[in-house]
Amino acid sequence: MTDQATHIVETAEADRGYWSANVRIIIISLVIWALVSFGFGILLRPALSGIAVGGTDLGFWFAQQGSIIVFLALIFFYAWRMNKLDKEFGVEE
Amino acid sequence: MDQFTINLLFVGASFALYIGIAIWARAGSTSEFYAAGRGVHPVTNGMATAADWMSAASFISMAGLIAFTGYDNSSFLMGWTGGYVLLALLLAPYLRKFGKFTVSEFIGDRFYSQTARIVAVVCLIVASTTYVIGQMTGVGVAFGRFLEVSNTSGLLIGACVVFAYAVFGGMKGVTYTQVAQYCVLITAYTIPAIFISLQLTGTPIPALGLFGEHAASGEPLLAKLDALVAELGFNEYTAHHADTFNMVLFTLSLMIGTAGLPHVIMRFFTVPRVADARWSAGWTLVFIALLYLTAPAVGAMARLNITEMMWPNGASGEPVSAEMIEGEQRYDWMATWQKTGLLNWEDKNGDGKIAYFNDKDAETVAKMEAAGWGSENELTKFNRDILVLANPEIANLPSWVIGLVAAGGLAAALSTAAGLLLAISSAVSHDLIKGAINPQISERGELLSARIAMAVAIAVATYLGLNPPGFAAQTVALAFGLAAASIFPALMMGIFSTRINNTGAVAGMLAGLIVTLLYIFLHKGWFFVPGTNSFTDADPLLGTVKSTSFGAIGAAINFGVAYVVSGMTKETPAEIKALVESVRVPRGAGAAQDH
Repeated sequence: MTDQATHIVETAEADRGYWSANVRIIIISLVIWALVSFGFGILLRPALSGIAVGGTDLGFWFAQQGSIIVFLALIFFYAWRMNKLDKEFGVEE
Repeated sequence: MDQFTINLLFVGASFALYIGIAIWARAGSTSEFYAAGRGVHPVTNGMATAADWMSAASFISMAGLIAFTGYDNSSFLMGWTGGYVLLALLLAPYLRKFGKFTVSEFIGDRFYSQTARIVAVVCLIVASTTYVIGQMTGVGVAFGRFLEVSNTSGLLIGACVVFAYAVFGGMKGVTYTQVAQYCVLITAYTIPAIFISLQLTGTPIPALGLFGEHAASGEPLLAKLDALVAELGFNEYTAHHADTFNMVLFTLSLMIGTAGLPHVIMRFFTVPRVADARWSAGWTLVFIALLYLTAPAVGAMARLNITEMMWPNGASGEPVSAEMIEGEQRYDWMATWQKTGLLNWEDKNGDGKIAYFNDKDAETVAKMEAAGWGSENELTKFNRDILVLANPEIANLPSWVIGLVAAGGLAAALSTAAGLLLAISSAVSHDLIKGAINPQISERGELLSARIAMAVAIAVATYLGLNPPGFAAQTVALAFGLAAASIFPALMMGIFSTRINNTGAVAGMLAGLIVTLLYIFLHKGWFFVPGTNSFTDADPLLGTVKSTSFGAIGAAINFGVAYVVSGMTKETPAEIKALVESVRVPRGAGAAQDH
């Protein structure tokens, strides 16, 4: 095998590793995304009704405020984590 | 100076600013017209995207829908922000890496099929046009109020302004103008909210005031509101009354639709690097969140203010008298809004009082009759779309705040309408005419056809905007359903699966679009013509699924059909698999190429 061919194979493998690491981060983020909105904000609201927040309960807070704050945190976390991952795998621009 | 002159002054000054910027940044080439030459900083891009995104639906309509329904309409808040998570994680960086100008170009290349590209164009035009109808509804409300004319004249004037404005520049003009529009709209939205929050809760931050204490009574604001509206027979504000399944589906449809709307996705083509596309999505949501964290406070506080105005001595006292509404200065807003035809009241039982309560609730009707206020609600019309614009008047704020809000509402509607028209025109001229019908077309010819496409889209939207299928935010929700069912799945599968082939993608997009469109037309009338519907959203065809919530099901159909059809047909060629692999890694993302 020539050096160049070895290089191509190595790159392809590194790219696959990069992609599966990315998919893992996406899945974790989307679980949190669904948990705060569909979970705490809607479906699990009755279970959280015991926790009082400013005249109402925690579920209402998540539905009207909390989920938006978590969404923001998720996007910035993802951007930061991926830019780091790009460098770890040497695939940055 | 009277209110009318002040409104004109604010609206006029903001328009002069936008037009000035548009002239300064006039688009010279097709590349600048579509994608601003890709030299836009992530923060700037985020701000412009936020203005592009936050439309009449967010600015004018959303708080009103939340105010009159409460918790059950939280779907708008979660749906329209949660979609950015999908966009940032699943689409934006890869589409930037791909590096072309339009969404349909990606679909055409990834699914190596001219048919796929044209189907994507059709999906895009259907979704965007529906969206523009919602904008026109909002534009009509805003112009109707500040020019003190009927809603219909307001709509026609608005259409002319939107047209002149959108045809002027392309993306480059639009990007910098939209930064200015964002500043105008966010100031206009937050200033009255801060005033009202101070009045009611003593807190200058509305988002904190919402969960704070009602200064006059010492009770928590939301508890006070719950008790007051319940006394009048309405649903408690913070309680969950809506069907849970429909609420989940509706929220999901808005989220997926957000990530599938071409005019938002296009924005991420204009940043210099893949890393910037990721940051840019975050910045966009920061700027959107400033409004979205304020909106629920605006809704709750306005509901409390309006209810207390209609019942100045509390729900067990006397209702406001017709005489007070006509005579007292703090009720002037009711007379001004009556002129637009969007607000009305009538003393049905002739007792001189205007009693506002839920006359569908038997217990409350009995209570009101016993008190002598009659059996019918006498605040006969309160269009949800006027709430935000009327809010500063309701709270008796200074006239310059009212002028500012008029300018802000128009900025929101104009910026989104312009962005959508740009998406429609680029789809027609770049993808349909240059890409399929006449590849030899000159740059001038392409720009001309782009402008003609804009004119046609705006004419259709204005015509349908005269009889909108719902309040601005509800019409817009339909557009999201269509985008969710057609475009988002195709883009996501194009990136995350090498297995989906040309036939699968085309079949999936068509199935998603057609089924969703059918479901909407069955409930909202064929082509939104009133009276031609077979079902209503109060009693929908499928269980509790309203037409606005169907997008998520349409998306599932799209995914399913694409998967099954791809499994039965030829495998994706090797060069397309290589294209997908290359889109997945940022390395080598150069400037975008034209072709």
